[in-house]
Amino acid sequence: MPNSPRKPAPRKPTNQNLEIINRAAPPVSTRKEFYGPGIPGVDPKELRGRLIVIEGADGSGRSTQIGRLTKWLETRGHATIAVGIKRSSLVSEELEEAKRGNILGRTTMSLFYATDFADQLENTIIPALKAGFMVVADRYIYTLMVRDLVRGVEEAWLDNVYGIALKPDVVFYLKVSPERLVMRNFSKHFALDYWESGMDLGLSRDMFDSFTRYQSLVTGQFKKLQKKFHFDMIDGNRSVNEVYEDLREKIQRRIEPVTITDANSSPI
Amino acid sequence: MKTFAELEYPGRMIAVEGLDGSGKTTQVHLLRRWLEGQGLKVFLSEWNSSLLVKNVTTKGRKSALLTPTTFSLIHATDFADCYERQLAPLLKAGYIVLCDRYIFTAFARDTVRGCPAKWVRNLYNFAALPDMTFFLKAPLHVTLKRVFDNRPKLNYFEAGMDMRLSTDSYESFQILQGRILEEYLGLSGEFDFFSIDAREPVESQQAVIRDLIRANLNLKDYRS
Repeated sequence: MPNSPRKPAPRKPTNQNLEIINRAAPPVSTRKEFYGPGIPGVDPKELRGRLIVIEGADGSGRSTQIGRLTKWLETRGHATIAVGIKRSSLVSEELEEAKRGNILGRTTMSLFYATDFADQLENTIIPALKAGFMVVADRYIYTLMVRDLVRGVEEAWLDNVYGIALKPDVVFYLKVSPERLVMRNFSKHFALDYWESGMDLGLSRDMFDSFTRYQSLVTGQFKKLQKKFHFDMIDGNRSVNEVYEDLREKIQRRIEPVTITDANSSPI
Repeated sequence: MKTFAELEYPGRMIAVEGLDGSGKTTQVHLLRRWLEGQGLKVFLSEWNSSLLVKNVTTKGRKSALLTPTTFSLIHATDFADCYERQLAPLLKAGYIVLCDRYIFTAFARDTVRGCPAKWVRNLYNFAALPDMTFFLKAPLHVTLKRVFDNRPKLNYFEAGMDMRLSTDSYESFQILQGRILEEYLGLSGEFDFFSIDAREPVESQQAVIRDLIRANLNLKDYRS
């Protein structure tokens, strides 16, 4: 006998249903979608994990915070993976080579980074999200877009290229004053990085001068993108602990799936 | 997208497109001889994969990492490098640039591999359109026969083995080429290709192409 479309078959207690019943509270909607056409063959509905992006200049404290957040999320029972741009195995060697030689045009460089990003997205981020992981990304497409935008690459073109990207569940931008950035860079490396100083732009032959000008261009671009991409601006001029508390509270409140640990157990 | 003429570049670009085995390389080579013989500034660009793409595709194949998106992007990167470093500067310097394959190759190939057509088009819109594009058109069986007669072994990506069309590389290649041909036929109208019957003798094809170029370009303008 054919099933009447109006009468749904009685629900069987599948694993999925049981999971929902056992939850103390439904999680906030974290439906995934792509910015544009996305990746061929990937259905965003299958991506059950959470994508947390931390953006910010070098010296803004990104890696410190990511290290702490990863540990904290794992303590709370979430399978967690930290990913960073420029860590893909596909083109990273070639990219490093190209950067050393400083011989590529801006479109070429832009596409090189995009290839690297796509590789990370398809081979690391998407599989992890499919498996329900918490993915903490040390920067995302925004850094790549900004570095191209300050070099005069067209925004509409970049929007198309990064139409392959998945919208994160949350994007934190660690905002730190240029003076503090310089100090932090010096205390870490005792030198400024050629690319982080935007030396290829010819803003100034003086590296220190170039660094401050470049960083303010970058910050300006990030500000312009803030609305479009819904960055959550975080005051990074505070202490490591204060920033960490802030991030943790926001993650917990907004996107954390139900934890397996008991709600009263104190966070690390 | 605009042509180099529309963008007021002093040089002109002539692109030749077609399937593997359509005779592109032969025709482009003869064009270069003809133009050079008249004392013109000519440059022949072959979009054969550079070392960069070769390294990356080899690596990607070994670890089965290359997807339609990364495959498309790595070729776009390679093309951008050639475009920014060589093609655009030569066209600014008033050269006639002959291209053995141009962005249409990517449009056809990447779309067949599953990338959205619009995304691929926009990806390449930093590049100007050729001033003339010749499409060497032949039925599929003709070009397939030429390829199989000349090449004992097809490489992995060339045969489309990553697309899992067939476990047999020759069969896979046939399916892939058939789909690419369909894409080309669509592009032909969209981008005003000059269709050349690639079944004709080499000399007749070349004569038709030369006539069309003479009719469309003022060759005296490109004297060195």
